[in-house]
Amino acid sequence: MASVWVFVEEDNGAPSTIGLELLTKAREMGDVTVVYLGEGGDAAFARLGEHGASRVVHLDSGDALPAAPVAAALADLAGESGPELIMFGQAYTDRDVAGRLAVRLGRSLLSNASDVALDGDGVVTTHEIFGGTQLAKASVAGPGPHLVIVRPKSFPVEASGGGAPEVSVVELPDAGAAAATITARHAEEREGPQLGEAAVIVSGGRGLGAAESYELVETLAKKLRAATGATRAIVDAGWVPYAKQVGQTGKTVKPDVYIAAGISGAMQHLVGMKDSKTIIAINKDADAPIFGIADLGVVGDVHNVLPKLIEALESR
Amino acid sequence: MQVVVCVKQIPDPAGPQALDPETHFLVRPTEQVLDDTDRYGVEMGLQIAQKHGGSVTLVSMGPAGSMQGIRQALAMGADKAVIIDDGDLKGSDALTTARVLAAAISRQAFDLVIAGTESTDGYSGVLPQMLAELLDAPALTYATSVEAGDGAITIHRQTAAGYDVVEASLPAVVAVTAGVVEPRYPTFKGIMDAKKKDVETLSASDLGIDTALDQRVDSVEAAPPREAGAKIEDDGEAHLRIIELLEQRKVI
Ligand SMILES: Cc1cc2nc3c(=O)[nH]c(=O)nc-3n(C[C@H](O)[C@H](O)[C@H](O)COP(=O)(O)OP(=O)(O)OC[C@H]3O[C@@H](n4cnc5c(N)ncnc54)[C@H](O)[C@@H]3O)c2cc1C
Ligand SMILES: Nc1ncnc2c1ncn2[C@@H]1O[C@H](COP(=O)(O)O)[C@@H](O)[C@H]1O
Repeated sequence: MASVWVFVEEDNGAPSTIGLELLTKAREMGDVTVVYLGEGGDAAFARLGEHGASRVVHLDSGDALPAAPVAAALADLAGESGPELIMFGQAYTDRDVAGRLAVRLGRSLLSNASDVALDGDGVVTTHEIFGGTQLAKASVAGPGPHLVIVRPKSFPVEASGGGAPEVSVVELPDAGAAAATITARHAEEREGPQLGEAAVIVSGGRGLGAAESYELVETLAKKLRAATGATRAIVDAGWVPYAKQVGQTGKTVKPDVYIAAGISGAMQHLVGMKDSKTIIAINKDADAPIFGIADLGVVGDVHNVLPKLIEALESR
Repeated sequence: MQVVVCVKQIPDPAGPQALDPETHFLVRPTEQVLDDTDRYGVEMGLQIAQKHGGSVTLVSMGPAGSMQGIRQALAMGADKAVIIDDGDLKGSDALTTARVLAAAISRQAFDLVIAGTESTDGYSGVLPQMLAELLDAPALTYATSVEAGDGAITIHRQTAAGYDVVEASLPAVVAVTAGVVEPRYPTFKGIMDAKKKDVETLSASDLGIDTALDQRVDSVEAAPPREAGAKIEDDGEAHLRIIELLEQRKVI
């Protein structure tokens, strides 16, 4: 059986969602070791076991920026016990560790994968390109360790019913000249349903016309108990924080319903939301690309349609 | 402060993008533009060099072509450019690209290397991290604000929850996000001066880099298209159709 490692970062005391997605996939491909970065604890480790980890290597970088010491430790471990595949999520720290580890191991790194398989002679990955209109298959041949970064929401999270994993702790080395320190952490307020998990999302784009009009998106979202999202255009314009950005360089979402208000439907936005079950788009340009993937397209002005929609919902 | 900025010339994103049917590599026309994301890195570099004294060197790998993109970055104010243009580097993965850039950068002393968080055409999003490992330097990634000087650097690093304040000593690699600074537009004088600036061209063998390709693209095919549904003109009643659909989907 192939040996597969999955890098999982802790998020609020528990394994991150993307980590569990990767774990669900990894156990299909082989015997899974999780490299767990965070404070750890029995509950977190048990959760990894429930999702298919047989072993956990626990690392805690404290206030050090993790990538340099973690990559150094992983390069040593991979040299000793040589997994066929090491999986990372398309997430901040994952990317930092994967990049440095690729250099340490001298291995090619496949990023932005939406699927991954070991085919006996190496690793094969699938990548959505040109806004998901085309699928590319890439491969690296030969023995591992192969390094792959997978996009969020590529696999569902499913428990395997596995027992407690065997846990070992690895001390991190001093990163020397590559060291950096986290001196403060700031969490933005989280209010209402979160983008990554919400069943319904209302997103706004530049078609709203002004920052103040984002209130229409927020009001509608409240009525539908939905999370609010945005395009990069209005994030860059400073109307809303980056945490709301949906797309290639923002979040990947797959809600039951996605409402796009004043969004043109650029490739880089579509790649983050095109797998939503139902898409409703409101745009005043009948030729806007967003209509190409919308289940219901309304050619109209957001300043007419949204207030009426909110009012109608209020009177129900 | 010796600042190096990694910039990339890419096919105009507004135009049609095509892949070579045989190699599946992106077709790169002679006329390429500066990756919009790199304007933020160039601006950041110029501001830091202006504040502390020093110079800004551009490093770019890829076909030089008409050099329109490089000239644009020079016209913004960068002092000189090094281009690694070598047919053997076509289709290089991020690791080979990082090795090339690191070798070009290491030929001179540097305090700060600036890159974008991800490129528009390749978006592997791991290059700055690889560069940092090769240069034995910290990688200060996803930077939404940067303060550099006096042998040290402090950034705000975007996180899933908000941001972290991260500090390190120089030399360092920093990867900036779009919006970190407001990029300037080249002035007429800048454009004229750019024509006289020093542009050095190197090959992979000048840098002693092995160009073998480990990663290959085996096939590209159309994704199953998503069928569009009804498209209606708002006659003042379109919101009722939305409500109807939300009811069907049991959202309300
Ligand atoms: C490397 C890279 C990464 C990127 N990553 C992302 C990403 O992660 N997410 C992302 O979203 N973008 C991303 N982009 C940017 C993307 O290319 C688009 O620029 C962006 O998505 C456009 O946002 P928009 O739809 O709000 O604005 P626009 O494209 O300007 O569209 C506004 C739309 O509103 C419509 N409109 C105008 N007025 C009204 C009105 N009164 N009522 C109704 N409709 C109206 C217009 O017809 C138009 O279609 C990225 C780009 C690059 C180069
Ligand atoms: N060929 C290249 N030449 C110079 N810089 C590059 C090149 N490729 C990537 N970069 C830099 O690395 C960043 C991230 O690129 P990527 O890894 O392709 O997403 C870019 O924003 C550039 O600053």
